[in-house]
Amino acid sequence: MAAIAQDVPGAAAERSQGVWAAAWARLKQDRVGVACLGLVVAFMALILMSAAGLVAGGWQIEKGVPYANPSFLGDAPNVEAQAVDLAAPKGPPVDISDIDPLAPRYEEWNRRAAEIQVSSPPRAETLPFGGDRWGRDVLEKSVKGAQISIFVGVFAAVLATFIGTVLGAVGGYFGGRAGDLLEWVYNVFTAIPGILLIFAFAAVVGRGIDTVILILGLTGWTGIYRLVRAEYIKHASREYVRAAQAIGASHASRMFVHILPNISHVVLVQLSLLVVGFIKAEVILSFLGLGVPIEMVSWGTMLAEAQTELVIGKWWQLAAATLFMAVFLTAFSLLTDALRDALDPKLR
Amino acid sequence: MTNLVSVRDLRVSFRLGKHKVVEAVRGVSFAVPENATVALVGESGSGKSVSAMSIVRLLPDNAIVDPASRIEFEGANLLGAPIEQLRRIRGKDISVVFQEPMSSLNPVFSVGTQISEVLRLHLNLSAKQATERVVELLTEVGIPEPKARLDSYPHELSGGQQQRVMIAMAIACEPKLLIADEPTTALDVTVQRQILELIARLQDKHRMSVLFISHDLGVVGEIADRVVVMRDGTVRESGAVEAIFSEPRDAYTRALLACRPRLDAKPKRLPVIDDFMAGGGAPIVVTENRVARPHEEKPLIEAKGLSKIYRLKTGLFARKSIAAVQEASFALWRGRTLGVVGESGSGKTTIGMLLMRLVEASTGEVMFDGTDLLRLSDAQMMAYRRRIQIIFQNPYSSLNPRFTVGQILTEPMKIHRIGASDDERFGRAAALAKRVGLAADSIHKYPHEFSGGQRQRIAIARCLSMQPEVLICDESVSALDVSVQATVLNLLLDLQDEFGMSYLFISHDLAVVKYMADDMLVMHNGEIVERGSAEAIYESPQHEYTRKLLRSIPTGYRQAHS
Repeated sequence: MAAIAQDVPGAAAERSQGVWAAAWARLKQDRVGVACLGLVVAFMALILMSAAGLVAGGWQIEKGVPYANPSFLGDAPNVEAQAVDLAAPKGPPVDISDIDPLAPRYEEWNRRAAEIQVSSPPRAETLPFGGDRWGRDVLEKSVKGAQISIFVGVFAAVLATFIGTVLGAVGGYFGGRAGDLLEWVYNVFTAIPGILLIFAFAAVVGRGIDTVILILGLTGWTGIYRLVRAEYIKHASREYVRAAQAIGASHASRMFVHILPNISHVVLVQLSLLVVGFIKAEVILSFLGLGVPIEMVSWGTMLAEAQTELVIGKWWQLAAATLFMAVFLTAFSLLTDALRDALDPKLR
Repeated sequence: MTNLVSVRDLRVSFRLGKHKVVEAVRGVSFAVPENATVALVGESGSGKSVSAMSIVRLLPDNAIVDPASRIEFEGANLLGAPIEQLRRIRGKDISVVFQEPMSSLNPVFSVGTQISEVLRLHLNLSAKQATERVVELLTEVGIPEPKARLDSYPHELSGGQQQRVMIAMAIACEPKLLIADEPTTALDVTVQRQILELIARLQDKHRMSVLFISHDLGVVGEIADRVVVMRDGTVRESGAVEAIFSEPRDAYTRALLACRPRLDAKPKRLPVIDDFMAGGGAPIVVTENRVARPHEEKPLIEAKGLSKIYRLKTGLFARKSIAAVQEASFALWRGRTLGVVGESGSGKTTIGMLLMRLVEASTGEVMFDGTDLLRLSDAQMMAYRRRIQIIFQNPYSSLNPRFTVGQILTEPMKIHRIGASDDERFGRAAALAKRVGLAADSIHKYPHEFSGGQRQRIAIARCLSMQPEVLICDESVSALDVSVQATVLNLLLDLQDEFGMSYLFISHDLAVVKYMADDMLVMHNGEIVERGSAEAIYESPQHEYTRKLLRSIPTGYRQAHS
């Protein structure tokens, strides 16, 4: 055997098209998939820039008049903005200095007040996509909201996928007692209505981005667990896993080095479906007041605010949040479909 | 003799992806005369199935049939016929029997329902008439107690019975042409014999034509009147069966005939297709007989009283035990090959699994170098794992599709700490790949880029990377084409000579075992019914079951007609 080991042919031979390269080639053929990939990448770039403070850094500044009209609706009446001016009293003041104990000090106060320069920045009448109740730019809020919502969605999905994959792998690969135990845990989790479970967690751990991620991750792993478990049961008896056992590969190696890459398409597709689902879940949580803290903005908090605005005819905050969500989620879902088609070995 | 079907200049290609078109059949012409059996023979990828299925247009959606091709059936061109007309013909005038009876029958309908469906569709029989006819048909194809079987579901029947039901369905409307696509490949050798006899009898009785597709010339020699040999989508040779078998004109036909191991000779090396194709039809045939390595003092592996009993729950408290292997004792000698033959369910695969401890034995001991393998802990077993290795049956499923060949070959070395560095291991892997006959750039490729034979070579190289002393070949060549089989068997023999390995060669194919084995076991229902040297068993079988097995071997044309 030593003799044959000496003769090494050119190891620099051209690397052939691997599974991933082939999947990429197939994805490129899919026009919808590529367009969606572009959109998702654009969103990610937006989020990165927002996180770095390059865009939407000043989303909290009150730039416009309250409920500033969108630029394209500049002429629309804005009764709420005028209401501030109307608050100033009109007509000649009534002299009540006789009975006012503070009257002698007004002059001094007026003089001292005149010394202080108060500059209130000019408030714009219109903003690109309108303003909210305090005159904050809705477009900037949407961008900042995208950062929080997508961040929450992606991290919660990664957490849920991790839990679901590991538990599913253990349950499906070993089966027996361990499998039964995990099935039991799974049944308990799925027996409780999802939203109630989320409420229960939220009530216990309080508010915050990390809490939202934790809640969604801890409650959302069940679906992926089920799928991964089924795949592991199927693959554990396959010959290539037997072959790995025959060469002495350990359980962990068989589970995660051998089987996992073969079921990665299931995990990846589930991951992206979870991202979509969790962004929606975060919206619901924030809408219900269990989501991100009050000093932050997410698409969910925007929607919650929009509820009262809609009554007085200010629809743009709702429109902006919905539009951002719809575009991102549609692009992400379609990208997911394209990914699944590109990755599924059965289609090869 | 008039022709029932004539296929003229058939060209079929498949669209793969947007711009890629692969030609599968390139101008094939042949004819099926009335009341005759024509065999289409070729290796996988030769286009034999595509040619046959074109007749009834049962082709995948991405198939493109060249408009100039013609398939004439009773004077009409089937390729131009509207699909309604084809549907009237399918099942009535031309019917098909497929390879896998288990997957061709619908598992949720009873056998009676499935057969009577054909009758009602094409002959407009009433339910009662149809049932009567089904009983007749089941009797005709030799299903015992046909009336009771009407309500059976496919899973309640054995593989052979399922294939009989498929045949009953196919002949239900007395078709003029029966297309049988590898109808016996998935079946055991004794069942194969029965099905072949059944098809021959039915052909004769109903005076129908049969188009028999097979990869094995040995099978068709007994039943065919004419043989069409195909390769790479073209017809290499066609003619009467006598001519094909006694004076084959084409080098490829000669190669196909020669590369199948014969029962009456044991040359050092099997002839392979390349010998014939390169040598212009006059290959250097090795006639020198292979000599087995003599027995050493002590056997390398000695198994005693090995049993594997599965306990099944049949009721709340009831348990049924099924013995997959019962009290098996045998010895494996250094440098020699122990052949294990038996039909499916005989426990031959379990024996290999027990030795490797891929399945834990119920009782018994396996002594290897004075150690009982069955008593070792998993950690202790690791040292022995590399000394006993296994090559599985299906080269398509035994390699991880997400690993490159390099990863596949270096992984066992990493596990067993063979080689000092990754570079050294990679070098060894490359050398091994070369040794088993793979191209130099294979090491970076993925398994799906290789053919079945090449994949089996990768599996062999993976075993070799651990320098094992014992190699278990579990039906290792059964899934391969006859010609590829020969090359892999040659490789195994070369490696045995080179490294002095012992083989446990498990197969249902008696000719292959006869060629490979020095010693032999015959298994039946989990028990070893006969043992001895391979020659002795083939020359004078003692057990009734062994005799039955040997009688079932397809004998090819010469013996069948002499």
